[in-house]
Amino acid sequence: MKSNANKTAEIKLLISRIVVYAILIFLSFLCLFFFYLMLINSTRSNAQLQSGFTLIPQNNLFKNLYNAWHDGDINIPVGMKNSFIVAMCSALLTTYFSAMTAYGTYVYNFKGKRFVHLFILAIMMIPSQVSAVGFIQLAFKYNLTNKLWLLIIPSIAAPATYFYMRQYLQATLPIDMVEAARIDGSSEFKIFNQIVLPIMKPAIAVQMIFSFVASWNNYFMPALLLNKPDKKTVPIMIATLRSADYSKFDMGKVYMLMVMAILPVMIIYIILSKSIIKGVTSGSVKG
Amino acid sequence: MAKQNTAVKNKSISYARWGYIFIIPFFIVYAIFTLYPQILTVYNSFFEYYRDGLTVVGPRFVGLQNYKTLFEPGAAGYVPIFKYLGNTVWLWLLGAVPQFLIAMMLALFFTSTRLNIKGQQFFKSVIYMPNLIMASCFAMLFFSLFSQVGPVNQFLVSSGAISTPINFLGMQVTVQTLIALMNFLMWFGNTTILLMAGIQGIDESMFESARLDGSTSTQVFFNITMPLLMPIFIYVFITSMIGGIQMFDVPQVLTNGKGIPNNTSTTLIMYLNQFLGISKNYGMAGAVSVLLFIVTAILSIFVFRTIRADNK
Repeated sequence: MKSNANKTAEIKLLISRIVVYAILIFLSFLCLFFFYLMLINSTRSNAQLQSGFTLIPQNNLFKNLYNAWHDGDINIPVGMKNSFIVAMCSALLTTYFSAMTAYGTYVYNFKGKRFVHLFILAIMMIPSQVSAVGFIQLAFKYNLTNKLWLLIIPSIAAPATYFYMRQYLQATLPIDMVEAARIDGSSEFKIFNQIVLPIMKPAIAVQMIFSFVASWNNYFMPALLLNKPDKKTVPIMIATLRSADYSKFDMGKVYMLMVMAILPVMIIYIILSKSIIKGVTSGSVKG
Repeated sequence: MAKQNTAVKNKSISYARWGYIFIIPFFIVYAIFTLYPQILTVYNSFFEYYRDGLTVVGPRFVGLQNYKTLFEPGAAGYVPIFKYLGNTVWLWLLGAVPQFLIAMMLALFFTSTRLNIKGQQFFKSVIYMPNLIMASCFAMLFFSLFSQVGPVNQFLVSSGAISTPINFLGMQVTVQTLIALMNFLMWFGNTTILLMAGIQGIDESMFESARLDGSTSTQVFFNITMPLLMPIFIYVFITSMIGGIQMFDVPQVLTNGKGIPNNTSTTLIMYLNQFLGISKNYGMAGAVSVLLFIVTAILSIFVFRTIRADNK
């Protein structure tokens, strides 16, 4: 009797496991399928693409790559260079200065410290688009459109990154350590740069990745500020594909351009997915 | 001894100065590149100020006229803002409802000791992946795949499911469904990971004692998991809503900025973007931004409340 009950329980568990794995596999398939199609289509010539649907790679990969790289209208090498400059500089500045600000409000006691901390938390939720009107107006007034640094410098003040760094410091840096370094005669900047920053390496790495990705994918502000072909970033170029007369395009090349637009981020993700996923939770929920 | 005390005191005063030095770069940059533009945005919203061809009209103080224009039906050829606000909320909901249902389900699967799912790292990596894809590129990809000559139509026609290609990008239902599907794919992995962390934060002994009492898994879910997860659930939900209010890249690129068909997929930020294009209508754009700020501010207050409740 009892073994019978056990058996039904076992069968029940087995069935629910099968259902759960089926759901997981279906959702994973859904996440990958469209990108798989994109990859396949980037290996096909325009004629092959017009002739029908397939899931098997074809032989036009290098030709598409060549055509995409040398396109007359969409200068993807320049776009990737611009995007890389903006994303890399933003990632470096945002992590360094957020760590610095977080260190400032964590280690030092000064008047208004609590207010400063709460102020940064309060401004965290304001959408960046709220400052867009004034920002665009000023950029046009002072002739600063098509300047890449204008997209880089504002990343020094990143409330969300500050918040993450502050949480991390609270969890990992004992104040005693700072005091011990002071007794050894280190200056305050030396303590921060040579003792605190190395401790914060994991947090800095995670935030650098998120900042790089966000900036690489950023479309709204760059599209309003950059209109010279040699200053455009990748998302603007991809959006131009949509607005141009579609029927004239070599679709193999179009798919290849899309592959190139997301490739850098995909490479980063394939290498670092584990720490990226860890980073998703550690900063945001427990706050 | 007394001397030493003053020395210590002096030292702590001199360290306070360093606090300001460390935070000053943040505040200088914030003041110039965010706060000042924000103030200008609000200031602009009270002025008539736009470009008409090569001539600049204004700036001329008009009080609350821009706000009136936003809300008044048929004012000066404008569609009332409720339409765009409605579109935005509707498009967000279409993606967010399945997103939260499925994310909740997956979070329960992953944390279930009974099911003991293998390969979690792999599944999590795959479902989080679309979140990192360039949204404008993702939209362009969907446009290419679902266009009338795209592979989806090719497949449907050649398999005999339909006889003529479906105009996915010409109908309200399909355009909105595609936008919702993209938002769902981009965000359900992220939500799953956040909710999972929330469930893992619940004290394991709560579940054990419930199991010993003979509660069914449904009872455990409604009486233990859900109530204890509530603060985090609300936090994730409202942050998703704040993100949804800012929806732009996907519908903008998918519909080429036109919100086809007939402005049924034009979001609030797409509307804002139209004023910032050639017309440089800083007055109206300012008013839209102020409205956006108010909506987000109200939502943020809820977030801070849940955070505070959580810390207690």
